[in-house]
Amino acid sequence: MVLALAALVTFQLAGEATVRLFALPVPGPVVGLVFLYGALIARGSVPDDLRATSNVLLQHLMLFLVPATTGLMLHFRRLGDEWLPIVLAAVGGTAVTMTLTAVTLRLLIGKQRTP
Amino acid sequence: MISGCRELCAFLQTSPLLWLAVTLLAYQIAYAIYLRSGRNPLVNPVLGSISIIITVLLATRTPYRTYFDGAGLVHFLIGPATVAMAVPLYTHTARLKKVLLPLAGSLFVGSGTAVVSAVAIGWLFGASTDTLLSLTPKSTTMPIAMGITEKIGGSPSLTSLMVTMTGISGAIMARGLLKLLRIDDLAIGGFAVGVSAHAIGTAYALQLGEVAGAFSALGMGLNGVATTILVPLLMRFVANR
Repeated sequence: MVLALAALVTFQLAGEATVRLFALPVPGPVVGLVFLYGALIARGSVPDDLRATSNVLLQHLMLFLVPATTGLMLHFRRLGDEWLPIVLAAVGGTAVTMTLTAVTLRLLIGKQRTP
Repeated sequence: MISGCRELCAFLQTSPLLWLAVTLLAYQIAYAIYLRSGRNPLVNPVLGSISIIITVLLATRTPYRTYFDGAGLVHFLIGPATVAMAVPLYTHTARLKKVLLPLAGSLFVGSGTAVVSAVAIGWLFGASTDTLLSLTPKSTTMPIAMGITEKIGGSPSLTSLMVTMTGISGAIMARGLLKLLRIDDLAIGGFAVGVSAHAIGTAYALQLGEVAGAFSALGMGLNGVATTILVPLLMRFVANR
């Protein structure tokens, strides 16, 4: 658990450092993810400790997102006069995007199977 | 006794303990309700938790900043958890390799749709230009969306509102919408949730299992990169017309 956590934080640190050194427009942890993925490919397997720790962290990702999401309360005022287009764009846009992404992926995978 | 109360207040104001406890308890309550409902996505635990916490903060007149400083420990774990997404991704590498081209095609469609649909709906219902700009990165994770909106001159406060509403609504609608579309492949569903509803959607997809979680994490990461490239390009195209 502690060793796996140390590994995750170290990969995150390497990601954050890379992002700053090369002024990349992506978050440090995402680059850390890519580094860890590369390390796992090189190793050829996932250490049990890392798998268990990752499962615990990922099962509770919702909890970790709570403090930042609570920041919603700062922006209630912004809704003001334009609440209708804002809410419709958020909800409707998400529904359209999810639909088209899923349908396209299903179509393309189907085409691949029956060339 | 009174001086003891003062001491207690001073302690609670400077220690992260109080808001850490409130965050964990609120999540426990929201998660218990979610389980009790048979994991009904309508009672999303993130939405439940923030409803409880915002009520407490408003009732005690606590500024968000004070709360966030206290709950920082929980927030910090987003970083290591994001890195940990490499594990389910690695586990499903074989499946992933088989569908690389379809994933690329659907990412292109999804990323474009996310930007265009938000702006089109906003424009149709009379949103101002400032608002429209702030809508464009709404399907990406918060740090990426903030970077994009600052670059193109949108409002960071409105963007953060949009990103949050997108993630929560995506997590809530995912199960019903995918069922309606008869998408029963968790890889396809997960990818679509990640592309359209970033981290909050991915947190929900992870509850559905490792395959959905892995493909959602992939969709979220790829869409972050795609949107970062796409939005400035689209802006240039619109400006030239």
